[in-house]
Amino acid sequence: MKLKTCLIYIAIACCNGAGDVLLKRGMQQVGEIHLAHWTHVFAAVANPWVILGILCLAGFFYSYLTALSWADLTYVLPATAFGYVVTAVLSKYFLHESISLSRWTGVLLIAGGVGLVTRGPSLTEPQLERALVEQEVI
Amino acid sequence: MNSTRLWSAIAVLVLASSVGDVLLSAAMKRIGDLDALRSSKGLFAVIARVCTEKLFLLGVLCLAFSFFCLLAALSWGDVSLVAPASASLTFLCSVLLAKFFLKEDVDYRRWISAALVCMGVALLAK
Repeated sequence: MKLKTCLIYIAIACCNGAGDVLLKRGMQQVGEIHLAHWTHVFAAVANPWVILGILCLAGFFYSYLTALSWADLTYVLPATAFGYVVTAVLSKYFLHESISLSRWTGVLLIAGGVGLVTRGPSLTEPQLERALVEQEVI
Repeated sequence: MNSTRLWSAIAVLVLASSVGDVLLSAAMKRIGDLDALRSSKGLFAVIARVCTEKLFLLGVLCLAFSFFCLLAALSWGDVSLVAPASASLTFLCSVLLAKFFLKEDVDYRRWISAALVCMGVALLAK
């Protein structure tokens, strides 16, 4: 795997996981939102943790799109699932949630799946040729 | 009756978010290397290029629709059922759609990895 691909994988997983955890932290401060007072959702957007979370998720979407412009969807998808692993680890140490044995098993399975797919080719061949042709045109 | 309603919401949301993913992927393949575009023309050129790509807009529309289906499904069923079921089914469905519509070469590694990640996601939400 090239360094650039590796970095974008890490960016996708970390931004996705960190974004979710930050949003959760922010919403814990904002409190439960009831359907009858749904406009309270807008107050949540002023919370600094929520703002950080949204920034992280925006970063996730940008790196996800960049990865998709280089590699197959079936190659990039496991990276987004790896975000769940980051979420699990962060929620243990940052939100102090307890992680059950079955969750750690899930984390291991996902990590195994990601490890497996990154050992293969990242782009289906005909698309690689097309991408190269397009780059020469540009 | 209620479980039929819940599972049809899950089915619709899984399909919408997989179709959204496939459309985004197709859009990005059409646009080409995003990072090369950014380094030559800047971030705003990237945003302008991406936002004028029809496939991208369709994909985002599908993802937004699937988000509202997720909200509906969450209001009808438990989070502990809806979240893992939809995440892992979306994963499998996206792989299938990528194979048949994007003609991606899904070799044995990617199938095994899809199965592992699918099981892993289902376990995570327990």
